[in-house]
Amino acid sequence: MAHTQQQTDTAPILSVSNLDLHYGQAHALKGINLDMARHQVTAFIGPSGCGKSTLLRCFNRMNDLVESARITGSIRFNGAEVNEPSTDVISLRRRIGMVFQQSNPFPKSIYENIVYGLRIAGVNDKATLDEAVERSLQSAAIWNEVKDRLNDSALGLSGGQAQRICIARAIAVNPEIILMDEPCSALDPISTLKIEELIEELKDKYTIVIVTHNMQQAARVSDVTAFFYLGQLIEAGATRKIFTNPEKKQTEDYITGRFG
Amino acid sequence: MKKFWKTGEPYVLATGSALAIVLVMTFSLVGVVVFNGLGYFWPKELVRLELQDGSAALGQIMRHEKNPTDGGRRLQLKVANRDVFGQDFRWIDEKDITRRTLPADAILLERREHGNYFGFLKGVTAEGLEVPAAATPQQTLERALNLVADKNRATLAVKKQMSDLNTRAERLRLKLLKLEYRGKEQNSAAIGELTAEREKAMAEFDRLNQQATAAQAEISSISATFEDAAGGSKEIALAEIVAQQRPNSMSFFAKCGAYLERVRELLLDDPRESNTEGGLFPAIFGTVMMVLLMSVFSLPFGVVAAIYLREYARDGLLTRAVRIAVNNLAGVPSIVYGVFGLGFFVYGIGGSIDSLFFPERLPTPTFGTGGILWSSLTLALLTVPVVIVATEESLASVPKGIREGSLALGATKFQTLTKILLPMATPGIMTGLILSMARAAGEVAPLMIVGVVKLAPSLPFDGNFPFFHMDRKFMHLGFHIYDVGFQSPNVEAAKPMVFVTTMLLLAIVIVASSTAIYLRNRMRRKYTTSTF
Repeated sequence: MAHTQQQTDTAPILSVSNLDLHYGQAHALKGINLDMARHQVTAFIGPSGCGKSTLLRCFNRMNDLVESARITGSIRFNGAEVNEPSTDVISLRRRIGMVFQQSNPFPKSIYENIVYGLRIAGVNDKATLDEAVERSLQSAAIWNEVKDRLNDSALGLSGGQAQRICIARAIAVNPEIILMDEPCSALDPISTLKIEELIEELKDKYTIVIVTHNMQQAARVSDVTAFFYLGQLIEAGATRKIFTNPEKKQTEDYITGRFG
Repeated sequence: MKKFWKTGEPYVLATGSALAIVLVMTFSLVGVVVFNGLGYFWPKELVRLELQDGSAALGQIMRHEKNPTDGGRRLQLKVANRDVFGQDFRWIDEKDITRRTLPADAILLERREHGNYFGFLKGVTAEGLEVPAAATPQQTLERALNLVADKNRATLAVKKQMSDLNTRAERLRLKLLKLEYRGKEQNSAAIGELTAEREKAMAEFDRLNQQATAAQAEISSISATFEDAAGGSKEIALAEIVAQQRPNSMSFFAKCGAYLERVRELLLDDPRESNTEGGLFPAIFGTVMMVLLMSVFSLPFGVVAAIYLREYARDGLLTRAVRIAVNNLAGVPSIVYGVFGLGFFVYGIGGSIDSLFFPERLPTPTFGTGGILWSSLTLALLTVPVVIVATEESLASVPKGIREGSLALGATKFQTLTKILLPMATPGIMTGLILSMARAAGEVAPLMIVGVVKLAPSLPFDGNFPFFHMDRKFMHLGFHIYDVGFQSPNVEAAKPMVFVTTMLLLAIVIVASSTAIYLRNRMRRKYTTSTF
């Protein structure tokens, strides 16, 4: 994937405007307008069912898998429209990687898990694959733990390790954006800490959008925070500002724990 | 009391006893079959019974029971010598027996025809057989039998040549038919050539045939004289004798040897005496080949159908209708499949193949008659719902996260299917295959009308090109049980064979399923998901 760096670094990498999404009769996202800057961590917070995961899944068109989903409005990735039928979904998903709530390693060896994205893209050169495995495991800060058992099944790893393998798997194809859907919700505090440190490091190379239930986590890792409530974007801004001086009453109530 | 019912204890007991009943039924069935089947080959002693009326009987005691007319005990004696006495079995009241002995020289002959012969050896007639002067009649008999076996081996080579010639002549005949069908005039040169070639082969065949007949006559002239318990004497050609033993004077190890020899014969030899004696090899071979062919047809077809239904078809009215139809297909009586197979495969497709490719052979059908191909296809149709349902369920049980994980990495639906979903679904697919194989191996009714026969002259696989003869009829263990047990002229004598055949069929099903279960468990270990 050749990086087209025509846009300046200040232009948003992802730009959502007037996005509406219906699941059958249910109106899940209502008129969302949001820009995400390059090499920043954006956190989506909000109570369950507020549409933050749904929005995340719009970015790499994972909502295509839901038959009843209807989307209107525009999402621009590097200026190109995502929601066009003509958009190459395969290449889009390669450029926008995703990490899920439940770690989902494939029932293959660790090595094969990491190179999966490359293999399906047609890369079979051993040296390239080896290099990609080491690089992405290093980036995901798990190289030292698994370098001696790359050929063991990935199913034998602990939850935290499996989640970092999934991050490494997403990194291996060199995406521009990594979407993280509550990546720590099934992990213990130590594994969570490791993932948070990892996010901090990954930010230099990738743009990260993270959905989280944990407000401390959002405060710790993100540069920008967006608060969603009942399918609407209530407020978005610099994390420090959102957490210390929110403009909207609802945001303040949520952050201080009065509801949600 | 009410409290007792509330605890749920009685329901646990009820489920436990239901399980116990099932287990007892299964084990007693297998037990009865194995006990009767395994005991069949053990060389039983030949008992000589002297009766009150002065007569004597020689035979094997099969069982004891109460005489329904006078209340005394009686026993069933297998006296054999069907050609002399008219029947194999005799009931004797125990009160009539004055003396029981086990004569050491009582001999049991397995014959090619008329069942076994029980009696005593009197003498051997063999020209050109060198016998040491001190030899006992038994030793002479053994030498003579060896001589016959040697001569038989020599004629066997001739017979092999004859069979090859016969195949060649038949092939030439079919070629001729084809040429004549296409037009006698323009092919006259080729026809003349082939006719000459065929005549040459036939002449060679006749020459060998005379040779074989002469050798056969020579072998047949070697015979031995025996005497039965009633005192009648009988001359039996040694070529008629398959095996001989003197069970009363055999040691335990000799009996074990005889037992193993019989097992070998059972597994590797052809049947004799309208299937009630001899081996089961053609039936075993037919069953296994038919089940394997069936799997080759039903597995890919079922898996592909299930993939389409589960992964690609939109969940609409039509899909649901198809799914219901598939589930109901599993409940259609198997004989209906047989009739369908006969109408559709045999007459429909087979008949069309014949009229398109083998018109010169008509009205003799080639594919337009029952055969192993049509049988396998019919059974594949019968078992494909099982494979479809199992595959669909195992595809559905792959966690959603794994599927999305693959798609989110830029995999197409098809890549996700082949690289992730199918490997993970394999254990479930294997379960479906196991069930369908077990079902196919045990099915008899539909096979009877699409290709199974009582006695197939040749196997569906042999050394003659093209090796697999899909058009041939074949033998099947399940049908064998029915045929030997209920259609043979001498049901009582065939009973042990029924048990042995049942045991073998069970063994084949168990071996096939165990192999598949072993493979499945290995795969399951590999693909089990553990999240934490």
